[in-house]
Amino acid sequence: MFEITKVDENRPLNFMKLSTPTAILSVILLLVAIVSMAGKGLNWGLDFTGGTLVEVGFSQPADLAELRDVLADNELGDAVVQNFGSSRDILVRVPPRPEMADADSVGDNLFQLLRSEVDSDLEMRRVEFVGPSVGEELAEAGGLAMIVAAICILIYVSFRFEWRIALASVIGLVQDVVMILGLFSILQIEVDLTILAALLAVIGYSLNDSIVISDRIRENFRKLRNTEVPDVINISLSQCLSRTLITSLTTIMVLFTLLFFGGQMVSGFALAMLVGVVVGTYSSTFTRTTIMVALGISREDLMPPEVEKEGEEQDNLL
Amino acid sequence: MVIAVILIGALYALPNLYGEDPAVQISATRSGEINTTTLQQVESVLRSESIEPRGISMEDGQILIRLNSDGAQLAAQDVLATELGRDYVVALNLAPAQPAWLAALGGQPLKLGLDLRGGVHFLMEVDMEEAMKKIREQMVTEVRSSLRDEGIRYSGVEEDGNDVLITLRTAEDLEQANNALRNTYQGYTTDADGDSNSLRLEMTDEYLQETRVNAISQNITILRNRVNELGVAEPVIQRQGQDRIVVELPGVQDTARAKEILGATATLEFRFVDTENDLRDAQEGRVPFGSRLYDVRGGGQQLLENRVILTGDHIVNANSGFDENNRAQVNIQLDSAGGNMMSLATRDRIGDPMATVFIEFIATGETTEDGRIDFERVEEVVSVATIQARLGSNFRITGVGSPADAQNLALLLRAGALIAPIQIVEERTVGPSLGAQNIRDGLTAIVSGFVLVLLFMGIYYRKFGLVANAALFTNLILIVGVMSLIPGATLTMPGMAGILLTVGMAVDANVLIFERIREELNEGRSPQQAIKHGYDNALSSIADGNITTLIAAIILFAVGTGPIKGFAVTLAIGILTSMFTAIIGTRAIVNFAWGRQKRLSKLSI
Repeated sequence: MFEITKVDENRPLNFMKLSTPTAILSVILLLVAIVSMAGKGLNWGLDFTGGTLVEVGFSQPADLAELRDVLADNELGDAVVQNFGSSRDILVRVPPRPEMADADSVGDNLFQLLRSEVDSDLEMRRVEFVGPSVGEELAEAGGLAMIVAAICILIYVSFRFEWRIALASVIGLVQDVVMILGLFSILQIEVDLTILAALLAVIGYSLNDSIVISDRIRENFRKLRNTEVPDVINISLSQCLSRTLITSLTTIMVLFTLLFFGGQMVSGFALAMLVGVVVGTYSSTFTRTTIMVALGISREDLMPPEVEKEGEEQDNLL
Repeated sequence: MVIAVILIGALYALPNLYGEDPAVQISATRSGEINTTTLQQVESVLRSESIEPRGISMEDGQILIRLNSDGAQLAAQDVLATELGRDYVVALNLAPAQPAWLAALGGQPLKLGLDLRGGVHFLMEVDMEEAMKKIREQMVTEVRSSLRDEGIRYSGVEEDGNDVLITLRTAEDLEQANNALRNTYQGYTTDADGDSNSLRLEMTDEYLQETRVNAISQNITILRNRVNELGVAEPVIQRQGQDRIVVELPGVQDTARAKEILGATATLEFRFVDTENDLRDAQEGRVPFGSRLYDVRGGGQQLLENRVILTGDHIVNANSGFDENNRAQVNIQLDSAGGNMMSLATRDRIGDPMATVFIEFIATGETTEDGRIDFERVEEVVSVATIQARLGSNFRITGVGSPADAQNLALLLRAGALIAPIQIVEERTVGPSLGAQNIRDGLTAIVSGFVLVLLFMGIYYRKFGLVANAALFTNLILIVGVMSLIPGATLTMPGMAGILLTVGMAVDANVLIFERIREELNEGRSPQQAIKHGYDNALSSIADGNITTLIAAIILFAVGTGPIKGFAVTLAIGILTSMFTAIIGTRAIVNFAWGRQKRLSKLSI
């Protein structure tokens, strides 16, 4: 029988001993993330900035300098040209042209231009055009989605557990999201709609983690009546440890295959999720439990209500 | 129950194994009709070109020809398009190759998103401000003329937002104006202010809403007609939000051409019917001077005067309704210039028939010398009605047939008007090679990720791991089955990522249960009890965790567009199916395998 940890209830791993160092680590990492986001900013993708993106396949390896010259000669000097995946695949980005009435034709024209001047066998792989107003709306909707998700989850967890746990969960989520975005800012990886999807999936994943742990903490509070709060948390974390590690491991496995085989379109997504799974596991193990203790969680908060009403004691139902 | 659900899931996932045949789909334009004669014609055309179809079927007014190869598909489209002419649209398509019994059960393969099958996605914005502006100007002119008609003097009539503000000189004028204008204009309420001697005509919210909805639906109708001309199989044209329209054209690569065709406008003309000359003479070639022969939609011809009474850009609104005798009618509202023209023209022509001519520009499929798309102007008479009285800016056409006909005519009249211009605000085109590559990449990732997780679970949990693996495999089948079953669900690239992610996360439920069982065993419980407690204790965490992820997926669905929605859908479906397979499914297997052994001393976990 393989096992990652064999937990002896009398000698659990002391996670709470690490709460001060991890809190300091969290603060440092968050500061780095915030400073980077404030300084360098995020590399917003086309979905949010608006503009035009053209991905083309050349019949032979493309000469980027030549391409830039051709574009500069045709009033497209502000276009960004880069390889995408292979030396034959080229991605051209053109910033938004709000003054143009037919801004949506920039992509078509660019493709025709490259076909006539550079490579007559040019293959059109992808053309995307996002109007500036649409970009703004998507950014707003994205931000709103995060906030709504956080609030919904806060309500649900408060209802199922207790407000201290809910608040700790949401703070953990904020930490997850800030750290992912911070890394994306430091590495200047493009943030597009798939990253937004990844962030929401991370929220779901990280929360799942912390709910499993919180559930265990509640159970142990009720079972181990004479144990100190930090010890209860240590026991709970130790009991959950192998589950936490295994689930993270399987998720990381599939994310790696996505990163390596899934192609360019989902690589940003896979990376954001990978970081998210690691950070999420970290924050549900350390950050959230530390915050729970700091908020003064006690046994009484998690005891079943004295007078049992119909539906109040839901553990046996769900 | 478990077995039934799995079987149904597998049944509906099954069509995906059969793949798709290249096919040619023929549908009729308004002037054409699909019937058995067309079918015979198609058969003989294919025979003469010695193209061997795999099957020909006719349903829902469409003919579907399945072919053996992509080459035959292109050849068939080419020859059929030439032979059948412009009454029919011949489009390339892919037809599911599943056996008939599966199709009869409603089985359908997964619908692929544009990022996987290639095509264009347009998001168009309807310029509401422009539409409202036209209505406001119209209202101001109308109020002015009706005040003049009533002999009420005013010092000003002007727009104020969507309202019309009338300032009068005296309190008596105000009262008169109020009496005259109250209940005259549908969609407006009057509000008199005695202090400033002003009268406000306020546009009601319902009317504002109605105007917006009309503008959108009219543009959707126009776009749908245009798209039909493009010969695209399974286009999507739908409203999104307040004032946007999504157009998705699978398989279309030439976006420039698509845009030109979508941008072409239809228009409308009112003309008198030439009653002095004989229609039959004209049909035999003796067309009188000053008149022209027009085709009537649905068959036949009419001889119309060359003089145009009015063009469609004067139409502000058109609605279908009922007259006193409960017969269908169409109410038409013109702007004031149009009203004057109509009034002048119809003054001495009461009793004469008037025809409505619908004009559209249809792409011929050829390009002009300077590389633009060549359009042909097609004119058709859509209605002929007798003028009963001198017409003004508000008039109606009665005797238009059924209510549906009236509705159609109103739609066409509005279509001729095109009160709200449209602009492309988002465009995403994916080439076929990228689409194919995305499918390949996605499948590779899913298969390798899946195999890795299977191996890991098998090694780590041994026999119980195999149970979890069976659940995982079933889960995958169920996701595919459910997605094939739901009409709106399409598989996109992020959706494939979502499937893979659920594979990774779905094992979580089993990990939770199995870890719990191990714990219970360590605490010294008997295997049977350990299994029972393991499942019971893990249940609440699993449910809570999945519900929160479901919340995130629902929010993502509400916010996201296109491919991202696809991700949200697969994630949500994956969560639901995985809860089913991981909890109920595995328990059934575990009970079956270990539940009967009375004396169980050791578990393979």
